Amino acid sequence: MTIVKHELRQGKISFLVWTLAIAFLLAVCVVLFPEMKGEMDGVTKIFSSMGSFTAAFGMDRLNFGTLIGYYAIECGNVLGLGGAFYAALTGAGMLSKEQRDRTAEFLFTHPVKRVRIITEKLLAILIQITAMNLIIYITALVSIRMVGETIPWTEFNLLHLAYYLLQLELAGICFGISAFMKRGSAGAGMGLAALTYFLALIANIAKPASFLKYITPFSYCSGADIVSDRSLNTGLVAVGMALGAAGILAAYLNYSRKDL
Amino acid sequence: MEAIKTAGLTKYYGKARGIQGVNLSVEQGEYFGFIGPNGAGKSTTIRLLTGLITPTSGSAQVLGRDVVRQKEEVLSDIGYLPSEAVFYSGMKVRDVLKLSADLRKKDCSAEAQRLCERLELDPSRKVDELSFGNRKKVAIVCAFQSSPSLLILDEPTSGLDPLMQRAFFELIREQNDRGTTVFLSSHILSEIQHNCTRAAVIREGEIIACDRVEVLGQSNAKRVAVRGTVNLDGLEGIRDLKREEQGVSFLYSGGMNLLLHRLSAGDILDLSVSDPDLEEIFLHFYEKGGEG
Repeated sequence: MTIVKHELRQGKISFLVWTLAIAFLLAVCVVLFPEMKGEMDGVTKIFSSMGSFTAAFGMDRLNFGTLIGYYAIECGNVLGLGGAFYAALTGAGMLSKEQRDRTAEFLFTHPVKRVRIITEKLLAILIQITAMNLIIYITALVSIRMVGETIPWTEFNLLHLAYYLLQLELAGICFGISAFMKRGSAGAGMGLAALTYFLALIANIAKPASFLKYITPFSYCSGADIVSDRSLNTGLVAVGMALGAAGILAAYLNYSRKDL
Repeated sequence: MEAIKTAGLTKYYGKARGIQGVNLSVEQGEYFGFIGPNGAGKSTTIRLLTGLITPTSGSAQVLGRDVVRQKEEVLSDIGYLPSEAVFYSGMKVRDVLKLSADLRKKDCSAEAQRLCERLELDPSRKVDELSFGNRKKVAIVCAFQSSPSLLILDEPTSGLDPLMQRAFFELIREQNDRGTTVFLSSHILSEIQHNCTRAAVIREGEIIACDRVEVLGQSNAKRVAVRGTVNLDGLEGIRDLKREEQGVSFLYSGGMNLLLHRLSAGDILDLSVSDPDLEEIFLHFYEKGGEG
């Protein structure tokens, strides 16, 4: 586990910055809820008259006046985008940084199997993403308790699970990208995260583009679907996990034989 | 069993030549030099031996193990000093050394401390703050601390001051005296001449000579330096002619009587005829079609 420990140390600052930033923003959103609760009836009416914009964010089916409706939209965006960017960045840099920073010659001339190095790096990503989600989950719980709201456990847990799976999928795909690129993988990862976010918005707005929901992980994170169905769309999750696994498989196949 | 044995080792990067048909045999305990100009294929050979790249064809064995199929076993026997010492940003020297030892699953702390003291390297400093030479020292400690059976050193002295170079070569000599095989890649001929027992010369990806250093240094040519005036026009066997302020200097491999005849007809103030040094001979190896 030497490489896992090494990667966790190397990624410590990035982990802390992203985790604290997302947790802080999420807590602020929750703490603001009681103040905004009274005004939400009006807000819901305004949003409901905004046409496709409302549909894009699923606000046509969520009630802003309830904690879970508010949480699914506001906090979902913070955790969704923030988590996606962090997962994409971490995955995209994990293998490519060795060549980009010219440390590959150091690491890969030690007697450790390449497959083991790839596995430990993957494990480091998993640990970081899991730890980040646990911290954010606990922060959200504490914040909701602090404002005296009841926690709608099923919807709350499903929302967090969906975003956790989204991050794993993106990290897996970006890990695959990382195996093929020397430079620019961070940009590619961030671009992919942003692209999938906007693809989900487009899929929500335009019926002809609804097929896009199968290629963006944000589709199974739709707060409106999760709150109304009280379950995750397993079909979309399965497609997402398959895409993430394909990224990881590509990383193993390419990087274990790659000339460094 | 040879420490290093390659047979027809070839590497192409796409269509670009890396090395071609390299046959090397380095005995255990040898202090072997590997010399060639930049781009000749030295680093490619080393990267193949350390498993960073895979051969296009041919094979390479280190201490009887195949570098492709038994890469991890091979690497556990090798201490590798890369030409450019790059480490993870933000780490302290002692953390880098510990990481290297942990990756080898060895406790090298005592040897690491001894080497740091010997090379005057402060383990509490961050690697980002170190000069190029000091980063090289970190790489030296990483390569030596596990007491490997084979040391592969790629351009090891770049960035080290002369005193540190001497300390470094003493360190290698001690390791070699203890039975460690040394494979020293360099384009600095004096390093090979003063330290190695055998050497191979690589040019344009192919081994063009491999022998004991003394044998490689033998040549029919003489370095002739003349102070005064002499007419050398039409005299065959002259190479590397340098016109100096008060005379000329050249490598001569033609008939000695012909040269003496020309010299006697000239106005000579001083004359010296000596064996050329290894550097001069290798310069001719480097030139396409050149002979020593």
